[in-house]
Amino acid sequence: MTHTHPTLTRWRGPITFITLLAAALLLLPLLLEPFRLNLLAQYLCYSIVALGIALAWGRGGMLTLGHGVYFGLGAYAMAMHLTLERAAHDPLNTTGLPQFMQVTGATELPLLWQPFTSATFAITTAVLAPAALATLLGWSVFRQRVKGAYFAILNQALAAAFVLLLIGQQHLTGGTNGLTDFPTFAGHDLYTPTAQTTLYTLTVLTLATLYLAFRHLTRSRYGKLLTAIRDAEDRVRYLGHDPTWPKTLAYALSATAAGIAGALFVPIMGIISPTLIGVIPSIMMVLAVAIGGRYSLAGAATGALLINAAQTTFAETFSGTWTYLQGALFVIVIALAPQGLAGLTTTLKNHLTPTPPETTTHPQPHKAHT
Amino acid sequence: MRTRPTHTALATALALTIAATGCTTPGPAGVDDDTVTVGMLHSLSGTMAISEVTVRDAVQLAIDEINADGGVLGRQIEPVIEDGASDEATFAERAQKLLTSDNAATVFGTWTSASRKAVLPVFERNNGLLWYPVQYEGLEASDNIVYTGATTNQQIIPALDHLREQGHTSLYLVGSDYVFPRTANQIITAYAQAHDMDIVAEEYTPMGHTEYSTITNDIARHEPDAVFNTLNGDSNVSFFQQLRSAGVQADHTPVLSVSVAEEEIDGIGADNITGHLTAWNYYQSTETEPNSRFVQAFTDTYGPDRVTSDPMQSAYNSVHLWKAAVEEADSFDVDDVRAALDGITIDAPEGTISIDGPTQHLVKTSRVGQVNDDGLIDQIWSSPEPITPDPYLESYDWATDLHS
Repeated sequence: MTHTHPTLTRWRGPITFITLLAAALLLLPLLLEPFRLNLLAQYLCYSIVALGIALAWGRGGMLTLGHGVYFGLGAYAMAMHLTLERAAHDPLNTTGLPQFMQVTGATELPLLWQPFTSATFAITTAVLAPAALATLLGWSVFRQRVKGAYFAILNQALAAAFVLLLIGQQHLTGGTNGLTDFPTFAGHDLYTPTAQTTLYTLTVLTLATLYLAFRHLTRSRYGKLLTAIRDAEDRVRYLGHDPTWPKTLAYALSATAAGIAGALFVPIMGIISPTLIGVIPSIMMVLAVAIGGRYSLAGAATGALLINAAQTTFAETFSGTWTYLQGALFVIVIALAPQGLAGLTTTLKNHLTPTPPETTTHPQPHKAHT
Repeated sequence: MRTRPTHTALATALALTIAATGCTTPGPAGVDDDTVTVGMLHSLSGTMAISEVTVRDAVQLAIDEINADGGVLGRQIEPVIEDGASDEATFAERAQKLLTSDNAATVFGTWTSASRKAVLPVFERNNGLLWYPVQYEGLEASDNIVYTGATTNQQIIPALDHLREQGHTSLYLVGSDYVFPRTANQIITAYAQAHDMDIVAEEYTPMGHTEYSTITNDIARHEPDAVFNTLNGDSNVSFFQQLRSAGVQADHTPVLSVSVAEEEIDGIGADNITGHLTAWNYYQSTETEPNSRFVQAFTDTYGPDRVTSDPMQSAYNSVHLWKAAVEEADSFDVDDVRAALDGITIDAPEGTISIDGPTQHLVKTSRVGQVNDDGLIDQIWSSPEPITPDPYLESYDWATDLHS
């Protein structure tokens, strides 16, 4: 056992992370061709979602299989604004209506769309709508002590229902085609190298900010309460705490992170559609966290980056069989490192220790400080 | 006090990821003295793979034929194959790669409207040229896409004309819940209103839905003159089986399908669909000399069990049309090729087709067919002459609301 200065130890993690981020910010835009930088920015959006899931699932024990909904709310809010901007500045478009609405014979902008002409409203909605929905859902189910598999299934049903709603309301949402083709934001061409670098930088900074904020939160008294609820909710109740609000808060923050990621994803990717936010993408988001390590915020964020990069690399190298490789990767990582990559050392240590470990399911890395 | 090798592990993972992302070498120049790079962008995985793989095979066949024949402007075609993975974002991302990293001279690809809409801005932004091989809902004409399948006035409207000529005036609409069926049914409803036809019902089911007894019993109860079917993919298997169980007979209530081709009939089972109708521009049984060659070459390459369908044929034509346009332009440059598109004509398996420059759609013949016992489709009606594409239905008075 080594002895390091406690403060130094406490900050070693974030310092490593922030150094990497700074390197990512400054170096990569110089090294990567624009297409690759754009891909990296997309992956980082999923890293932001992963941070949120790590908070709700890793810390709060709420397995959420429906984060695509919150990602989707943020993304659609942003996409609606960008679509309206496109319609307003398209010289060929005399009606000012989004192109898909003209096809369905609409003559005026639906009420739901009207406030989205304002960028401020769209961005605010992208952040607040996921928070509001998650608060409502979380409060109503946590109060009823719904947890575990039931909560996971409920989330998944929410994702399935949300997709059906989007497809069914084609005249409002663009249906299965989703919303696409947004060349500008606030009059700026989104596809110049400068704009792409700016979006990338913004994504990295958002990721860094949320990482530090969530990290701070998990180490606060609130974070300890959340972990306690995760590990023994009934005991926490006996001690006089109502777990409803702490859980709802973590779930809502997690949804907010997904919403912000969605809003960033849209100008980077240039499209949002129901297939990007349904049940399967929602599961993929959780899988990324499982692979990276759900007990570690940095691990979760890295996991999302890693599986998205692996997906692209596999798909480019083996265009016919890449899905098998991706599946194999998932199975191998989960089988060999049940706590994800970030928990690999703990897992290995437990394998090598002759005594049967009792605390493997829930590592408590901060025990040393208390 | 535990050390934290975790962060070292994470940092390594991160570094590896970034290296993997960044270290792909830039692609080859699109055109050199010996070769020209083209992209093939289809779903090779996911729900659409079963359909799109057949189209990829047809494109590959055309490329092999052209290469064996000396290539295009003396250059061998080198395809870069990318997987759209039945996912719009992946399609957009892969399209971007084909155009900017691989410098593809042109791209053959996509099937669903959603994937076409997803890649459209990518092609417009990078001034690429996409050849889209599937019949679709119309109401689109991009300078960066050539539409080699039918638009609505070459498939849906002629099919309605045919039903009306046969005295069918009440229609039951059933479709999968996505953009093509919903848009198609808007057109059908507008047509019905203008021609005193009756729409009995308009039903949608989610993609991949398999429980149709409610709808098939409803059809049996209403006894419409005909059913207009815009279901996609596997749903057709359940629909036709359950329709037969509900006692609906093809000679009494024919179902006209616009997304069921030879490939799908195999899955549905010929005895479940015999006697029902389809609307396309091409059937494997279409009697032209180029078609006997196409079917022969296709079965020689991919096996005698394989069938050819309208989208496959359109994809196959796309490559030959592109070659003709490149030779006309004497250039691989997209602007030059586009300028040469108008009037490019080839003898295709479906008959003579030519490109209509202003819309970049094809002038082609519409055909209604009837499924026979062998699972192939016999043509029972065709438009008297090739139909000029009208993607926005501007020449139809009753369709003014659809293209406001």
